[in-house]
Amino acid sequence: MSKKDLVMEVKDFSFTYAGVDKPSLNKINLPIEKNKITAMIGPSGCGKSTLLRAMNRIHDLYTGNRYEGEINLYKEDDSIQNILKLKKENDFIQLRQEVGMIFPKPTPFPMSIFDNVAYGLKLSGLKDKAEIEHRVETALKGASIWNETKDRLKKSALGLSGGQQQRICIARAVALKPRVLLFDEPTSALDPISTGAIEELISELKKELSIVIVTHNMQQASRLSDSTAFMYLGDLIEYDKTDTIFLNPSEKLTEDYITGRFG
Amino acid sequence: MGGTFFKNFSFFSATLSFFLLIGIFSILFSYAQDALHEFGFDFLFNEVWEADEDDEGGIFGGFIPIIGTLLSTLIAMIIATPLAMGIAIFLTEIASSKIAKPVSIAIELLAAIPSIIYGMWGLFYFAPIVQEYIGGNGVGLLTAGIVLAIMILPFMAAISRDAMQTTPAVLKESAYAMGATKFEVIKDVIMPYAKGGIIGSVILALGRALGETMAVAFLIGSVMSIPSSITDPSTSIPVLLANNFAEAQDLEMSAMYYLALILFIVSLVIISIAKFYFLRTKVK
Repeated sequence: MSKKDLVMEVKDFSFTYAGVDKPSLNKINLPIEKNKITAMIGPSGCGKSTLLRAMNRIHDLYTGNRYEGEINLYKEDDSIQNILKLKKENDFIQLRQEVGMIFPKPTPFPMSIFDNVAYGLKLSGLKDKAEIEHRVETALKGASIWNETKDRLKKSALGLSGGQQQRICIARAVALKPRVLLFDEPTSALDPISTGAIEELISELKKELSIVIVTHNMQQASRLSDSTAFMYLGDLIEYDKTDTIFLNPSEKLTEDYITGRFG
Repeated sequence: MGGTFFKNFSFFSATLSFFLLIGIFSILFSYAQDALHEFGFDFLFNEVWEADEDDEGGIFGGFIPIIGTLLSTLIAMIIATPLAMGIAIFLTEIASSKIAKPVSIAIELLAAIPSIIYGMWGLFYFAPIVQEYIGGNGVGLLTAGIVLAIMILPFMAAISRDAMQTTPAVLKESAYAMGATKFEVIKDVIMPYAKGGIIGSVILALGRALGETMAVAFLIGSVMSIPSSITDPSTSIPVLLANNFAEAQDLEMSAMYYLALILFIVSLVIISIAKFYFLRTKVK
């Protein structure tokens, strides 16, 4: 695997929450491949969400967290940016427009469907109305929710079902054309049918962007992802092709977890 | 056995408040009958408040106290609302918990100070400042309005803060995750989410400002005249009632019940609107 195939790379990354002595992540190394889906699995408290939330510096909304190591973002112009070095609000904004995030619960803003999807575009300074309308439509189509919403774009997004709301949130993130999209247990609050729709959508999206997904659901990881990282108690135990992890893991701990012996 | 007793007792307690409300309204309404018959709705627009020599009749109009109440409250709201929003936003989003805690406690303590203390402080400390820098005699609508603003500020700030704090962290995070700045998150996520509670707090504060008696009695001047500028002295409904209640008789007394009835209805309507907004936020 050459560096050219990577979009991000976590190197010797350790993370300690504010007010805690013991680090929650110990020297994690994890490559994120371009246009692939990388899944992170592991029992609750293993640090997978913590790692994901470090990848767009959402942790920095709260003060006092400490970290070491590097998280590199490979830019389109082949330059490398260590995102842990960012300090200014503007740099964070730029990072978060390049590395978007989807949360465990649908989080529509209290505004119309159209405004929800247009929100990020407006934040990024886009003013041209026709362009905004075009990108909203493309994003909604991309999130396969255009047919359900095209007649009610001006209505509040809070009136949609949970699954629809989550697809609006994905459309909202996709509209910004990020290069990486981080999914933090995106289907944990949804019913099986909505979950299926979201999974289908995620597999579609990898044509255009790179995806990292944290999930509790091992079937979901095996169905969706190209590579899988298994984490346990703040350590990355094993990272490999998804097939290898699920069929022929090299670590005993990984095997015990995926066969349901603990977790 | 005990269950039945407890059930009846709680039923009695619960219905008591309802009967009190109706009882107070009917007393006000029946005592105001004479004035209602004598002056009708013209009472609202008549500026004269004069008893006859023999104290038995006279001409009474509520225009000045009504105007005084509305203006002093309006001044208070104009000053207090933006400040309260500033405090609430600072406490929820900007301040670190080390600063937010003592400031929150200070604000809650401010709300606990009896209004007469605000009145005394306003009269001896604040009125001279207004007189020197803005004009007038010190006491007047502006002074009363400013001190009223200080009185309702903690209340408004505390409720707005509580409303803003109900914004789920994940909702704020998802706005930040799209590249929003702190200001944009406050404007586009927190304010709309907390809108119901914020409006409720403003309306409850409005109700309190309208009915405030003691502090305003110290500061508004208690003069029966139409103010021509905001520093002029005037009077307000509760102040007029408190000042004249001891001496008034017959028709004047009835006219005062008429004023009380007006204040009662206005306050009731305002609290009902606030309740409506609070209920709406709870449903969300």
